[in-house]
Amino acid sequence: MVTEADPIIRIETLNLGFSSRKGVVDVLHDVSFDLHRGKTTCVVGESGSGKSVTARAILNMVPRPGVINGGRILFRPDAAEAVDLAKLDPRGQAIRDIRGGRIAMIFQEPMSSLSPVHTIGNQITEAIRLHRTVDRTTARKMAADALAQVEIPDPEAALDKYSFEYSGGMRQRAMIAMALSCRPDVLIADEPTTALDVTTQAEILDLMTSLQAELGTAIMFITHDMGVVAELADAVVVMEKGRVVEVGGIDQIFARPAHAYTRRLLSAVKHLEEPAAAKVPPAADAPDILKVEGLELRFEKRAGFFQRVSDVTRAVDGVSFALREGEALGIVGESGSGKTTVGRCVARVYEPNAGRIEYRGQDIASAGHSQLSDVRQQVRMIFQDPFAALNPRMTVKQIIAEPLVVNDVARGTELEDRVTTLLRDVGLEPSMMERYPHAFSGGQRQRIVIARAIALDPKLVIADEPTSALDVSIRTQVLDLLLRLQAERGLSFIFISHDMAVIRYFCDRVAVMYRGRIVEIGDTREIIDSPQHPYTKALLSSVPIPDPALRGTRMRHRYVPEVA
Amino acid sequence: MTDERASGPPGAAGVAPQAAIGHSERDVAIASQWQLTRWAFRRHKLAVVSLWVIGALYLLSIFAEVVSPFDPTQQNRRAVYHPPQMIHFIDRTEEGIRLRPYVYEMDRQRDQRTLAVTYVPSGEKTYLAFFGRGDAYKLWGLFPAERHLLVPVNPRDGFYLFGADRLGRDMFSRVIYGTRISMSIGLVGVAISLVLGVVLGGVSGFYGGRVDVLIQRLIEFVLSLPTIPIWLALAAALPPDWPIYQQYFVITLIVSLVGWTELGRVVRGRFLAMKNEDFVIAARLDGASEWRIIWRHMLPSLSSHIIASLTLAIPLMILAETGLSFLGLGLTPPAISWGVLLKEAQNIVSISQAPWLFVPGGFVVLAVLAFNFLGDGLRDAADPYGH
Repeated sequence: MVTEADPIIRIETLNLGFSSRKGVVDVLHDVSFDLHRGKTTCVVGESGSGKSVTARAILNMVPRPGVINGGRILFRPDAAEAVDLAKLDPRGQAIRDIRGGRIAMIFQEPMSSLSPVHTIGNQITEAIRLHRTVDRTTARKMAADALAQVEIPDPEAALDKYSFEYSGGMRQRAMIAMALSCRPDVLIADEPTTALDVTTQAEILDLMTSLQAELGTAIMFITHDMGVVAELADAVVVMEKGRVVEVGGIDQIFARPAHAYTRRLLSAVKHLEEPAAAKVPPAADAPDILKVEGLELRFEKRAGFFQRVSDVTRAVDGVSFALREGEALGIVGESGSGKTTVGRCVARVYEPNAGRIEYRGQDIASAGHSQLSDVRQQVRMIFQDPFAALNPRMTVKQIIAEPLVVNDVARGTELEDRVTTLLRDVGLEPSMMERYPHAFSGGQRQRIVIARAIALDPKLVIADEPTSALDVSIRTQVLDLLLRLQAERGLSFIFISHDMAVIRYFCDRVAVMYRGRIVEIGDTREIIDSPQHPYTKALLSSVPIPDPALRGTRMRHRYVPEVA
Repeated sequence: MTDERASGPPGAAGVAPQAAIGHSERDVAIASQWQLTRWAFRRHKLAVVSLWVIGALYLLSIFAEVVSPFDPTQQNRRAVYHPPQMIHFIDRTEEGIRLRPYVYEMDRQRDQRTLAVTYVPSGEKTYLAFFGRGDAYKLWGLFPAERHLLVPVNPRDGFYLFGADRLGRDMFSRVIYGTRISMSIGLVGVAISLVLGVVLGGVSGFYGGRVDVLIQRLIEFVLSLPTIPIWLALAAALPPDWPIYQQYFVITLIVSLVGWTELGRVVRGRFLAMKNEDFVIAARLDGASEWRIIWRHMLPSLSSHIIASLTLAIPLMILAETGLSFLGLGLTPPAISWGVLLKEAQNIVSISQAPWLFVPGGFVVLAVLAFNFLGDGLRDAADPYGH
């Protein structure tokens, strides 16, 4: 490790505004912090806090119509030839030498930051040859080394593959290899693991830590996840609404947060460390409300005029579970494990190919039209993305009233009263009912989605990742709302999530899914304390612990499935 | 639970509609999609101007009989290739200055050696009158009248704002009548394209499967048909005793059977994508019928795009009419349209001696540009959440 005060980038009172017709609106105010050689600085904050804009300002790539209108960004501030990056011409040769060469960046979505029409090898060699005068073969050799360094197996063969032949984690590794291929002094990582599964995220974080130890790169790591911060950071910069509210060492931030916002961020995370206090467990003799047996769903790819089946994906492959009245069952798994598909089969959004879905004695899987519409009044759904789930052309009142209107439950003033009550129940002002969805924040929209779901007094709610699109501090508010509704109305939940912390907070039991099958199901506490299946162990050991004191105390399990 | 609500305006969530700049937060909150679209459209200056231009052109064509000073078919041997005249308003005479419209009269003279005809100012003034008496006509073929917007006080005097053509017919009157035909004859075709495109594209996208395959193959077949030879064949095959407008009308109808394919594909794509949108699935789970899902949840999201693509389809129809009439396949004299008028300009005489015969071309350019700008503006405004 390098000595303490060895700054490579110093941001001084950076001010950045977006010019509009009504003058300049500032999005960054007096942002100041340093990045040090060989250290990782995590920048945390919620969406819209200005994290990504700061990162782009360092590379002088501020998106239009943004302009840096104050402050300095010094590269190598202690050296005699300190460069103010903010003063460089954004299209000039000087900044282009620094971009990629001295300061590299990796992005959240590796698929869209890699070109699909060039091989990975070509893209890395291009990056190298832009900044180094080396011939083609040497560059290729360096690219292969870079891929080997990020632990991509068989790097020579991997060079000639295209980005779509890589998995999400492999793509992010390739991005890191490309970013590090020119041995930059600074690596800016903008939420590089947010789009990845926890298990993959853990591997990428390990990789970045070991590469940093090897190369002594300064890393600026942007994230909203305090768990990741605890795993990775040496120093933390907390941002809120375009201002730096707190800068400090990792231990100081976690042990003695000074600013109220930092405390709020941490308490939101800490809150999820334990099962919810307000949780009402189901009665001991509660009957089963839902019984799923041998559920199967195959997605068939059809081709040609006669629609012959050319390819089959087993999204759900023989899933069975039972759910008691008033119980919350979590379904956890990584993307592609089939957890969302199970939820959608139960709501009959998808037609299962085989199996029974027994809701209070009647089979949903084979229900006819009228029976299905009865069941659908009692089994409702909450969606992941509150922005997509609301029709932008309808007012909140129309949206919440829709299930009441189409099922002919209420009309006229009674309808209005029902909507008013529902809005109050989910913690929104009834006076907002004439507004359109665009007037609401993500958390408020999710409350509207919830109001629509409970409008028909359902018995069972399928919640498909209801909190994963929300900021951490809002996440617990929405979960607490769901808990309250569960207690008040005796709801049963199927709660689909990839986030173990949320599951622990909310669910009585949990089913762990892997590749279309349930590998383990049981009491949430039991599964978390003593997982039996190796995949569950790997999943649990990958979850970042939001406590820097525990860093490195845990064995990481890696699950390699036996070849079928 | 209240601090989330306190956490600032919805703009923080990144969805504050671009169109809403300059409107109060409360107005924005209760602004419907149409309201946002209107706001966004109003910020698109070029499109607003284009809307006025198009409005003016349609106003001209509706009141063509009133606006045009003469019967467009009336020939005048003494005004062959008469040049355009400028209208003057301030009349200086011995009695003083009066405000009344007039033009300088031109005398026809023949060069004794070359026998070429030239027009020279005679020094006389032809006075004009607003809503004066002129040729008798029937407004919209119904109401007999003889008042025109601007005619010579003495009906036997000539007045040629855009000059006259080789038979001495008033170009201005002919352009106005041509506007009526050119701007309207494609509309029915566009409307049929719209209905076919939305219905077939919607069915294709919503139901998918075999219906989708069938409709898509149909679209590919239709797109592979060579249009110009079909027009040629149709022009020859239609009964020659039909009136000329009816012939052309039938041709546009048949051509619109080809024109729906593009819209059909767009609508299919949007339906296909929207079918799996969360809010449509939510409507299904709410118990909404298929009919309600299509009409209440899916089509409204499309309506603005449909309007925009319609606006962009009209100039294509105008250009098609102009092009085909110019080639002699569309409308033919005695019908009057921009294309027919341009066909008259199709010789060296007009370039050298009567450049004013190209005025209809200017109108074509003006109309097509205006429709395109309007369509662009509508398309940008149709998605108020975009950039």
